[in-house]
Amino acid sequence: MTLAWSFTPLGEAALLAEAVTADHDAANRAALAAAAALEAAPPPGFIAATPAIASLLVCFDPLVTGHAAMMAVVRALLEDPPPLREQGRVVMIPVTYGGEAGPDLDDVAALLGITPGEVIAAHTAGPFRVMMIGFAPGFPYIGPLPARLRVPRRATPRAAVPPGSVALAAGLTGIYPARLPGGWHLIGRTSLRLFDAAAEPVALLAPGDLVQFVADA
Amino acid sequence: MLDVIASGPLLTVQDLGRAAARRYGVPVGGAMDRFALVAANRLVGNPPGAAALEITAGGAELLVNAPALVAVTGADLGARCNDRLLPLWTAVRVGRGERIRFTGRSREWGARAYLAMAGGIAVPAVLGSRATDLASGFGGLAGRPLRPGDRLPTGPPPPLVELGLGRYWPPAARPPYSPLPTLRLLHGPHSASFAPEALELLTTRNWRVGATSNRMGYRLEGPPLAAMRPFDVPSLGVVPGVIQVPPDGAPILLMADAQTTGGYPVIGTVIGADLPLAAQLLPGDALRLVLATLEEALAAHRTLMALLARPLDADEGDLLAAMAGEGPQR
Repeated sequence: MTLAWSFTPLGEAALLAEAVTADHDAANRAALAAAAALEAAPPPGFIAATPAIASLLVCFDPLVTGHAAMMAVVRALLEDPPPLREQGRVVMIPVTYGGEAGPDLDDVAALLGITPGEVIAAHTAGPFRVMMIGFAPGFPYIGPLPARLRVPRRATPRAAVPPGSVALAAGLTGIYPARLPGGWHLIGRTSLRLFDAAAEPVALLAPGDLVQFVADA
Repeated sequence: MLDVIASGPLLTVQDLGRAAARRYGVPVGGAMDRFALVAANRLVGNPPGAAALEITAGGAELLVNAPALVAVTGADLGARCNDRLLPLWTAVRVGRGERIRFTGRSREWGARAYLAMAGGIAVPAVLGSRATDLASGFGGLAGRPLRPGDRLPTGPPPPLVELGLGRYWPPAARPPYSPLPTLRLLHGPHSASFAPEALELLTTRNWRVGATSNRMGYRLEGPPLAAMRPFDVPSLGVVPGVIQVPPDGAPILLMADAQTTGGYPVIGTVIGADLPLAAQLLPGDALRLVLATLEEALAAHRTLMALLARPLDADEGDLLAAMAGEGPQR
């Protein structure tokens, strides 16, 4: 099935493609595949691609190319996505669930009407896909999660969330790479470093990676 | 080398940022007023994207450790070299032991001045840029704002740099800086989801830059913009210039350090050519927004790029003024 996309300039140097569908999973796969294809064989003037949940932003040099030329390339890639190379990359993320590491685990279990153990079992059942990196350097939006793990954001965001916090909201799971404000439910914590400006590559995860959460014994 | 004697409210190392690092969720960052940064670099013979100092609002003081060719562009923040006025938008020689200081806004407009030195500020590049990422704490000098006692390494000056002494960048070749700038806006992807009066409101009244504004974005103070209905957008890629509208209806204009993605509806995008004007606003200043077409945005971008690429000639009058350090403050 071909997805429909709408295109809008974000200024003279960027083009935003948004999927006209509620099927975020399919839209995200197409966006990831298109972004990977653009990075592998950059068209003239291409600067960067930012795949997101159901969209793709392409930044370019308007002195070299234009919205029309870029739209033709991007539309073709999105409507007939090249096969998404899963990169064979499954990243294991060890997590200490609950307690001080995951202060919202019990709340999440109550919201979902299941036990904390069942939340952990569902969260480690994965693997799930890194749908995008955003919000902060190295912050992965991982999903889509099965319906039994879907909770809204917390009513009151926290001013500071500890680095490594593994969190749930909006049908997704994420990991805070640094001390940041956050409105997601914290269910656990990992000791892995998600972002390190001095490392190569700087981010542990990339869009399209598969993440397998593993509960610490 | 440069020693930081005083930093003022915010003094940082900036260049043109790290556009390709968006893939890691890293903001593009870099100079708020990219035009002024590039002009300063060109005046002293540097590559356009060399690292320079971004002085915010004034209060900074720097001690020059070796004779150098420098240029200060952007806002008139009362730049002085020892006791004399430092001519702005001009390549000027400063001597060892001299102090460059910025007293504060000296006109009706201006927020950020750029001090470029021949050879550039030679802090290590991170992800291809020397710009300071304040949110994540990397780049620049130790990933933080500069403070008194810091010593900044500078690179070797380009050859024949002294030939540029006295080069001057005339007002006609600068963006139309103004105390109440009019920023041109393109329709956003979600413009149609707002009440029809929202876009009209956005483009007819003055907006004040809110007190909590920073390098990531400006909160625009005015009446709230009503959505047709409450709506959520899945997080999507954004760029500096984008105007997001969170549920409280108070628009946010994203600036240089904007996150790579945002989860709020986008009502429009300020064109790149007008971002230098926005960069020269401080909290409390006002701006206007008007709708423009993509063609206008492209034409304005080409015009600005052509101004930045203009040939530079030393002008004798400016040269003399610069040598005497007594040129008119421009």
